[in-house]
Amino acid sequence: MVMQPQGYGIEESGLSATFGALSDPTRRAILARLVQGEASVSELAEPFAMTQPAISKHLKVLERAGLISRGRDAQRRLSRLEAKPLAAASQWLQDYRQFWEASFSRLDSLLGELQSAKRATRRSGPTKG
Amino acid sequence: MFYPNSFRIATPSDTEIEISRDFHAPRQLVFDAFTKTELVRRWLLGPGGWSMPVCEIELRVGGRYRYVWRKEGVKDMGMSGVFQEVVVPSILVATEKFDEAWYPGEALNMTVFAENGDVTKILITVRYESKEARDTARRSGMEQGLESGYNRLEELLASVQVQR
Repeated sequence: MVMQPQGYGIEESGLSATFGALSDPTRRAILARLVQGEASVSELAEPFAMTQPAISKHLKVLERAGLISRGRDAQRRLSRLEAKPLAAASQWLQDYRQFWEASFSRLDSLLGELQSAKRATRRSGPTKG
Repeated sequence: MFYPNSFRIATPSDTEIEISRDFHAPRQLVFDAFTKTELVRRWLLGPGGWSMPVCEIELRVGGRYRYVWRKEGVKDMGMSGVFQEVVVPSILVATEKFDEAWYPGEALNMTVFAENGDVTKILITVRYESKEARDTARRSGMEQGLESGYNRLEELLASVQVQR
């Protein structure tokens, strides 16, 4: 239950691909590294106990989701972060969060109100004590 | 006593969103707030200016519900679905679909109400475009994702936004 996002100019399939790509901890770590700047496959593989082909697979997933782009130089295929789909995903999550935070804080008040009404009824009732 | 800081939102997989929150109220009361129309329409309104002129809930397996939100100057927004599972006062599973859905197919919403002393914790799992949706929602479990705290996605998104 959430108000629909409107006018982000991004298809659900795009968002779905973004979230899919982000669901893996290695891929999130790769993106976090790319926030600092472009990197080659070997540079990206370094902090992980993973082979370069394994890292390359993750990079392909990220590339398909549009989260990174990769250079054409076969020798040194630098990966760089593409911020736009991340921003769309972030906006969507923020809207989601806002909808629920606002609703829940209203629910807090309502629950408080209902409970004090119940207590008041009990106090004035014959089974006092 | 309110627990706004207990709010968590996470994306445990590519098709699911998880939301959790603690409330200082008995479980039955929180469940009522989610299932009685005269209560639902008072809080499920999102940020500023929306009202819920239509709020219908037929609380039984196979029963339908329908919400319509209204805001001045904006087109009405409607959502409806069918209850798949109703266990008072602990579990609600229902399909959900917006009148003008921006995602294909229906989403499945599973809400679990767990009581712990004075506190009722709710966990909402929404799964989009699902196959065997209920099984997956069940498997996601009550505490999983909450114990591990925030999804690191948010951290990452924050750092990317700062860079831009």
